Amino acid sequence: MRIGIDVGGTNTDAVLLGDDDAVLAAVKSPTTSDVSSGITASLASLQGVRAFDPAGVRAVMIGTTHFINALVEARRLAPTAALRLGLPATAALPPMVDWPQRLVTAVSGRAYLAHGGHEFDGRTISELDPDELRRHAADMAAHGVRSVAITSVFSPVNTEFELRAAEVLAEELPDVAISLSHQIGRIGLLERENATVVNAALRELASDIVGGLFAAVSGAGIDAPIYLSQNDGTLMDVEHARRYPVSTFASGPTNSMRGAAVLSGVSTCAVVDVGGTTSDVGVLTRGFPREATTEVSVAGIRTNFRMPDVLSIGIGGGSLVRGAAGGAGGGVSVGPDSVGYRLTERALVFGGDTLTATDIAVAAGRADIGDASLVAHLDPDLVRAALSRIAADVADAVDRMRTSSQPLPVVAVGGGSVLLPDHLAGSGEVLRPENFAVANAIGAAIAQVGGEVDRVFAIEPGRRGDVLEAARAEAVERAVANGAVPSSVEVLEIDEVPLPYLPGGATRIRVKAVGDLALTPGPSSGTASGARRGEPVAAGSRA
Amino acid sequence: MSSAAAPRQLRQVGLDEVRAIARGAAVLGTGGGGDPHIGALMAAAAIRTHGPVALTPLAELPDGAVVLPVAMMGAPTVMVEKIPSADQVGRAVDVLTRHLGLEVTHVACIEAGGVNSLVPVAAAAELGLPLVDADGMGRAFPELQQVLLTLTGVRATPMAVVDEKGNCAVIDTVDNRWAERLARSVTIDMGCSAMISNYAMDGAAARRGLVPGTLSLAASVGALLEPGVAGEDPASAVAAHLGGRVAVRAKVVDVERRTTTGFARGTAVLEGAGEHAGRRLTVDFQNENLVLRDGDHVLATAPDLICLLDTASGAAITTEQLRFGHRVSAVVAPCDPRWRTPEGLALAGPAAFGYPDDAVLLEGVPA
Repeated sequence: MRIGIDVGGTNTDAVLLGDDDAVLAAVKSPTTSDVSSGITASLASLQGVRAFDPAGVRAVMIGTTHFINALVEARRLAPTAALRLGLPATAALPPMVDWPQRLVTAVSGRAYLAHGGHEFDGRTISELDPDELRRHAADMAAHGVRSVAITSVFSPVNTEFELRAAEVLAEELPDVAISLSHQIGRIGLLERENATVVNAALRELASDIVGGLFAAVSGAGIDAPIYLSQNDGTLMDVEHARRYPVSTFASGPTNSMRGAAVLSGVSTCAVVDVGGTTSDVGVLTRGFPREATTEVSVAGIRTNFRMPDVLSIGIGGGSLVRGAAGGAGGGVSVGPDSVGYRLTERALVFGGDTLTATDIAVAAGRADIGDASLVAHLDPDLVRAALSRIAADVADAVDRMRTSSQPLPVVAVGGGSVLLPDHLAGSGEVLRPENFAVANAIGAAIAQVGGEVDRVFAIEPGRRGDVLEAARAEAVERAVANGAVPSSVEVLEIDEVPLPYLPGGATRIRVKAVGDLALTPGPSSGTASGARRGEPVAAGSRA
Repeated sequence: MSSAAAPRQLRQVGLDEVRAIARGAAVLGTGGGGDPHIGALMAAAAIRTHGPVALTPLAELPDGAVVLPVAMMGAPTVMVEKIPSADQVGRAVDVLTRHLGLEVTHVACIEAGGVNSLVPVAAAAELGLPLVDADGMGRAFPELQQVLLTLTGVRATPMAVVDEKGNCAVIDTVDNRWAERLARSVTIDMGCSAMISNYAMDGAAARRGLVPGTLSLAASVGALLEPGVAGEDPASAVAAHLGGRVAVRAKVVDVERRTTTGFARGTAVLEGAGEHAGRRLTVDFQNENLVLRDGDHVLATAPDLICLLDTASGAAITTEQLRFGHRVSAVVAPCDPRWRTPEGLALAGPAAFGYPDDAVLLEGVPA
């Protein structure tokens, strides 16, 4: 058995999954302000729905929006220093130069520049100066810095200086948390540094939350390992989560998409989540969300860590419907404005005065919400025109998200998914999984781990195949190091972009490999049932 | 819409203008020129420290002015990682000034498209000098000799190449192509991101060889694309403003990239919409978009501007960002008339980039 829990902004969902991934129990409860009591309550509700032996639980997977919310709300952020290695380069734009002032203040941000850094080809820009680092460390200590983000120029090409600087700082400031940029972001100094500083600012909170999760889970008698969901849909263990809280930022939408795919039984698809105001479209390839290729702004800070690519359009259950039928139906508009959470007072089917997309769905017989007699008077041509407008806009959004001309199945989820037809132009059948209400928790419980390579490689003529093979092997190795069962690891994506103006065939290569999490028995499992003993068990693998 | 209305003449560049220029310079970059983001941050940082930059219209430049252009040379991908040092931009100008033994009066811009539209703003702020509202191309091109100044007889050298460490090279060459070649080698040794100052000229030569008003133009194009300002059809607004037209509306269905000799070469395949529905269109690019075809029929070529804009937002799409599914509007806009001469076409027409096609330029553009 495994337990998946998704702590959202509003609701906390939890599921108990059997070893065959069947949903044994599912519960939903309001999110609490402290993580541990919410988890405790969810685990108790699961027990209430279906009694289970805590010792039979082999893993607990948790998705949480706590960390991104803490950044957006600028609360519980630790006093943080950004240390950049690269002088004399980069001084034109010091750390946090592009941050909203409110967040610089919230992290008591202090910027330090020091020597170090590499060129694109691995040469040194300047030598590391340990004395300079010690002077900076003393200043950090004097200013109450409790977390440090270290970013060295071209550290994705050569990690040496970040690692050495971390050693020097750890000697001087033993109680300060250290985050290294090459473990967090990609090429693009400011964006990678920004992500690292945000991570550093969340380290204390991460420690508290992970502690709380531990207490809650062990308080329920479960001694199985705990994992947290990351932006890309893979898992990290709690030790990793303490050090990389920023990796959880987009786990909410990611888990929702992945859960929807599991429930519908397709792993390569577009997922359309139709809410009250918007429809969010994402694309899964073999169960994993496609990542945004451009910089992503979080709370006004430009970053470049892995985030899913999601397109939102202004169509939802509460969208306002305007215009009249007639002609080619082009006179009808749906959205982008919405009655939002006031649907139950404003929509016609609830006795309100506003024609919404939900009223259209009820009039068309696609949904049974509110009082259908209140929309019986609607012109059938208007209803048809509004539905075809919605279908056309959603089909267009799905089409924009496709990466090839291959047909892509569509999985529709969310309360507003009744607005979608059974077939979408260009995509084919629309799948509507049941049990969607807990898709997030199911998405969290899918037990896979990944490894990624994203670097600039020099490709000499005739050596392209060898270089790609080496990059693949490295990604696979990293997945195994992160806990994947070696025989299960597959390469999901290879992306290759030649870089202009660089000599030597410089090419940025990204490879992502994913495998099933090796679930091993916990330390006190000597007397546990057979299911917890022995070989790693592949979980969550699906067609 | 009226065509090619003269953009409002800016008199100074402050923080708001930097944002607008960055957005417009991405359009004038025609797919290349590097993301203006880092240039915008550098210009903004310099303006916050030193105050706004005065902008001198080309027509007001005195004959005796000493004008030094400044630019970034190397790989934009490197510049976003190895950001310049504090004084690097100004130092390029200082080194050339010392070498020439002249007192510089104005900074200028060599390339209006991409990151180099804003590097000179940072330099001018740092040096406390006015900036000329003009540039050497009216767009972006990949190589140093591809400026109108080459046609009007201004020598690229002596030129200064400086790195962030304090190294500087002064290069003097027999012609502007050699300047490209030698400066490129030095830049690679410097770690593929250097600041250069070259094409030193007096005011009279600047008036003969620069494209007037291009920073104002970038700012006014950028203003058209601001969120909340851009209407239903931002590409048409941009086209009208540049005196060009929306040649094609389409969806990107394939992007083939080739790894060759240091440039991002490739072809984007587009599926036409509207009047081109059902047609297979292609855009050949080498950093910049260079040839737009409808099947075998050439619709437009460099040196005219071929800008791929996101159909919904109007934002410029660089050749590195192009990918399947993008809805694009290809805006074709006329280059400076001096590019349309035989000498201009030899320097920056399709043949200069190795394409067999004759140049196809917008008709009815006043020379």
